[in-house]
Amino acid sequence: MAEEYIYAVARVRGKEQKLLTASVMDSLVAAPGAKEALRILADHGWGDGEDTDADAMLSAEKQKTWAFIGELVPDMSVFDVFLYANDYHNLKAAVKETAMQETRDNVFIGRDETTVDAQLIRRAVRERDYGALPEEMQGVAAEALDVLLHTGDGQLADIIVDRAAMNRIWEAGRKSDNEIIRMYGELTVASADIKTAIRACLMKKDKAFLARALAACDSLDIGDLAQAASDSIDAVYEYLGRTVYADAISEIRKSPSAFERWCDNLLIEKIRPEIHHPFTIGPLAAYILARENEIKCVRMILSGKVNDLSVESIRERVRETYV
Amino acid sequence: MSNLGLFFAILGAALAALLAGAGSARGVGMAGQAAAGVVTDQPDMFGRVLILQLLPGTQGIYGLLIAFVAMNNLGIMSGNPEQGCSLLKGLAYLGACLPMAIVGYISAINQAKAAVASIALVSKRPDQFGKSMLFPAMVETYAIFALLISILALNGVGAITG
Repeated sequence: MAEEYIYAVARVRGKEQKLLTASVMDSLVAAPGAKEALRILADHGWGDGEDTDADAMLSAEKQKTWAFIGELVPDMSVFDVFLYANDYHNLKAAVKETAMQETRDNVFIGRDETTVDAQLIRRAVRERDYGALPEEMQGVAAEALDVLLHTGDGQLADIIVDRAAMNRIWEAGRKSDNEIIRMYGELTVASADIKTAIRACLMKKDKAFLARALAACDSLDIGDLAQAASDSIDAVYEYLGRTVYADAISEIRKSPSAFERWCDNLLIEKIRPEIHHPFTIGPLAAYILARENEIKCVRMILSGKVNDLSVESIRERVRETYV
Repeated sequence: MSNLGLFFAILGAALAALLAGAGSARGVGMAGQAAAGVVTDQPDMFGRVLILQLLPGTQGIYGLLIAFVAMNNLGIMSGNPEQGCSLLKGLAYLGACLPMAIVGYISAINQAKAAVASIALVSKRPDQFGKSMLFPAMVETYAIFALLISILALNGVGAITG
């Protein structure tokens, strides 16, 4: 029922005013260094007021977002779709950790940003006891570990897990009755498929590899995309020209990061009408995506500052803002 | 069966109070949720959002007024109900009360939706409070039309003899 979210949407309206605007992003890009950029962020309420470390500040901001949404929504499972990618990232890390027989604590994403505890995944993979994992993860965890142990092909194990992640995101989007979540699921899977197809084409991978790597979605025919990618890069562009992603071709030609930026901007453009919706869960989903986009953009700017990239080079990578 | 006319007349008065009141209760509740959401982060907005929250409450008052007028005409308020109220007159009372009952309910819900949107507007643009009041106030026009018609009709029905 739409009325269920009236209070939550009103709270989100207040928080939207604290999102970083395009002019703040400009001042971050123009800051002389990472330290000055961090100070600008702190002035806008980022971090806990004490940390001067970029990673700690960004992590604190992610936690703030999820804690805020957790206050408003009694059943957070409606937003699981945004966290599935993190679960499968942890699964990949756990599979590699077990196969390599080593411990890598720092590569796992924490409980606040996942639907399944990373320690549970690690234990399940280590002990080959997958029953504790969600049903959708059990088969893929066993398959990825077997493949890695028997072939030593880390890339193959990764695509098995990545495809399972995309399938789950798309399925969750498809089942949702909210337009924003459906659109997020479709766009996430389609953009991942395009990136995979381009990369596989450049690496001269065959059609069988592509068939295994690409996940089904509505806006792309993965059979045609796999065929095009196994032919040539021009065939991929020609195929994409016949899809709703025709506008992305010029960005794909530039670089993978330019295409990623195009996808992020498209997502922001699609969710922007939610700024004016007073009911439904849409504005909450849009706020989460806007915050994720904002944090990703700030991370990129800070990384550019740390690596002494030019202002122009950083500006080219900056995403559009929600507000 | 001789009191069937009186039954329909009271039913009309009850519906006016019931439907318009239920619409207002739901509407004020919806706007109240939005107002509480704004005040959580912006306590200084309390006065502005309270006014917007109350706008869908007027239909309940109009419904109450119509119920009073109908019951007064029927002599119920003075403890002396009109015993000779014919079936035709009772149905006429019911018909006279329906505009306020139905329009009151629908307009209260829709006014609440406009009020919720206006509360969001005023939380982002406090300087636009005056304009934000106008959007839900427009819906009020139709509740007032219904009130007017119900009052005129009740006065006319009161003049029916038998």
